[in-house]
Amino acid sequence: MTLSKLYATMMNATALSVAIAGSVSAADLEFYFPVGVNAPAVETIQALTDEWATANPQHTVKAVYAGNYEDTTTKALTAANAGQPPQVAVLLSIDLFTLIEEDVILPISDIANTEEDKEWISGFYPGFMKDAQFEGKTYAIPFQRSTPVFYYNKDAFREAGLDPEAPPKTWDEMIEVGKALTVKDDSGNVKRWGTRIPTLGLGGAWLFGGLVVSKGDVLTTETGTEARMDTPATLASLEFLLRLAEEEVMAPGGITWGDTPKAFLEGQTASMWTSTGNLAFVEKNAEFDWGVGFLPGGDGPGAPIGGGNFYIMQDTTDEERAAALSFIKFMTSPKSAAKWSMATGYVAPRPDTWETPEMKAYTKRLPQALVALDQLAYAEREFATFQRAKVTQYLVDAIESVVTGNANPAEALSKAQKGADKVLSDYK
Amino acid sequence: MNMKLSFRLALIMLVIPCSLLVTFTHYPAIQAMINSFWNNGSSRRPSRFVGTDNYLTLIEDDRLMQVLFNSTIYAIGTIPLAIGLAIGMALLVNSRLPGTALMRLSFFMPTMLPMIAVANIWLFFYAPGIGLASQILEIFGLPSINFLGRTDTSLASMMFVAVWKEAGLFMIFYLAALQAVPTNLKDAARLEGASSGRVFLDIVLPLLRPTTIFVAVNALINAFRLVDHVIVMTEGGPNNSSSLLLYYIYEVTFRQRDFAYGATLTVLMVFTLGLLAIAQFWLLNRKAHYQ
Repeated sequence: MTLSKLYATMMNATALSVAIAGSVSAADLEFYFPVGVNAPAVETIQALTDEWATANPQHTVKAVYAGNYEDTTTKALTAANAGQPPQVAVLLSIDLFTLIEEDVILPISDIANTEEDKEWISGFYPGFMKDAQFEGKTYAIPFQRSTPVFYYNKDAFREAGLDPEAPPKTWDEMIEVGKALTVKDDSGNVKRWGTRIPTLGLGGAWLFGGLVVSKGDVLTTETGTEARMDTPATLASLEFLLRLAEEEVMAPGGITWGDTPKAFLEGQTASMWTSTGNLAFVEKNAEFDWGVGFLPGGDGPGAPIGGGNFYIMQDTTDEERAAALSFIKFMTSPKSAAKWSMATGYVAPRPDTWETPEMKAYTKRLPQALVALDQLAYAEREFATFQRAKVTQYLVDAIESVVTGNANPAEALSKAQKGADKVLSDYK
Repeated sequence: MNMKLSFRLALIMLVIPCSLLVTFTHYPAIQAMINSFWNNGSSRRPSRFVGTDNYLTLIEDDRLMQVLFNSTIYAIGTIPLAIGLAIGMALLVNSRLPGTALMRLSFFMPTMLPMIAVANIWLFFYAPGIGLASQILEIFGLPSINFLGRTDTSLASMMFVAVWKEAGLFMIFYLAALQAVPTNLKDAARLEGASSGRVFLDIVLPLLRPTTIFVAVNALINAFRLVDHVIVMTEGGPNNSSSLLLYYIYEVTFRQRDFAYGATLTVLMVFTLGLLAIAQFWLLNRKAHYQ
């Protein structure tokens, strides 16, 4: 008796609070975002978010910094499974298949369906749209997109008698130039390495994808059900990583993603391979003359496209969806995208942004910012399949076991291929 | 009337704590057990009953074998070392040496910091080339070691951080126990001509045994429970060389979103920990002197 009364009271209270929430404002958005680079990213996102909220006083938006990329995806999925998803989130572009499989995201093309909206969607660089679309629908809008680039210390090049305007273009040149750049002290310990390619974790797997692209292959296809881990291109790429350590161009053992920009700035390495999203950080902190080039390639230039896209979650009301779309349009508008690109180094995802006077002035002052954009023509999508986290782990284990000297490349790759095929066999 | 009311009251009093226990302990444990017999469903792959398939996967899982090996080394390496260090530090700060207040503070400091902060500090210490560890090696003319990037040093680096962080906490318990050791026992032993080493071994150490049981159980739980530093510093890498069981469960369940296999691993962990706890109590309880 008492229990049923209590239950009735609770139901009334719920109904009341729903009614109140419905009448106060059009939509209360929660927005999850990750930070994957050393840049004042949180401040810039907050400032842009505030700007949208001021222009749209009927809505509110709460920007939640949710950690690195993987943490943010984990948090967003957990919240969605618990029935409380953020309405809008920036998540890894390669998590597309996972998000579709978990049935938590809404195809943005379903709600952005006017002629004007379609034109807006087609205004993004096609390279960035490759991993935002699946089965004919657009699920995501590019935002913090990047390719890795080759950062090098021009002063170190001059010191070694190399042309500071000619960064290495091929793997062989990388090794030759790297040997000249490596400096040892009297007791034979290396003081400065020639280059630094992160090889550990997801960052390592991302860069590895670039090596494979430069050998004319890809790791995954648009189907999401194929992983190409055991190929001549992957073998050559792993062998290149081993050669760098053998020829004393790069430190042996695993190399972390996070320490890499610091090591470059501290002069521990004369060059590094990392995201263009670190451009602003390097510009602010480098005490030497530095340049940026394409990633040296095996058979030609090649890079992976990476970074995060905007997603709208499925468990949302019509008002929230409309507000989320308006928010995304604002964040990717030329003015906002220019601010974001200049604060970090991320590649603005639409050509119109690059035409703004602010961006023109910026690229004139910092021509290094154009390298990643130019490299886009030679870039392919990042490793993405269904069960991405599980399948990528096989690749990560293969790379890590080889660079740490615990397995030989051919064996490690064939083991990874077997593991990946087993997981993906459910989807074919 | 009165009887009936108190019975209802008793029922309510019982239901409230029991419902908490059931909701947060028993239900998840049973659910994990049930989940471990199903495969992981999704919108594109329906969930189905797979019987003991997940348990067969356990046996064939190379990564799990590596992780179990790591966890064993981690527990064997950190628990005795942390306890030994804690006793040593407690004796030191319990002595009448000058500056004990400062020593107590510095020994206890690591315990007060959250593990995430500790891990970030050590991440910087370990950074090859630029970190404190490299700079110390450089003073002695040694090449810098990539502590977290090598499979043969990454786990040891994690263990070092754990001992550094834990020993201070255990020291506090030993300090309290040392101060409770009756001085008349020690005085009597000294009158009999016992050396201070003898006093420690035959009087102090046996009286510390209940504390050791408590600390050892805590250390064992922590060895399996604390993985924050692994997440921050290595994410289990390189090549799973620093991955521990709980971290592996987190990775499988939340990163790879394989709830079925995650549940299977959880059952394995609960089972292992239960056995270890029983063994530990049995071993140490046999000769404990409770006051």
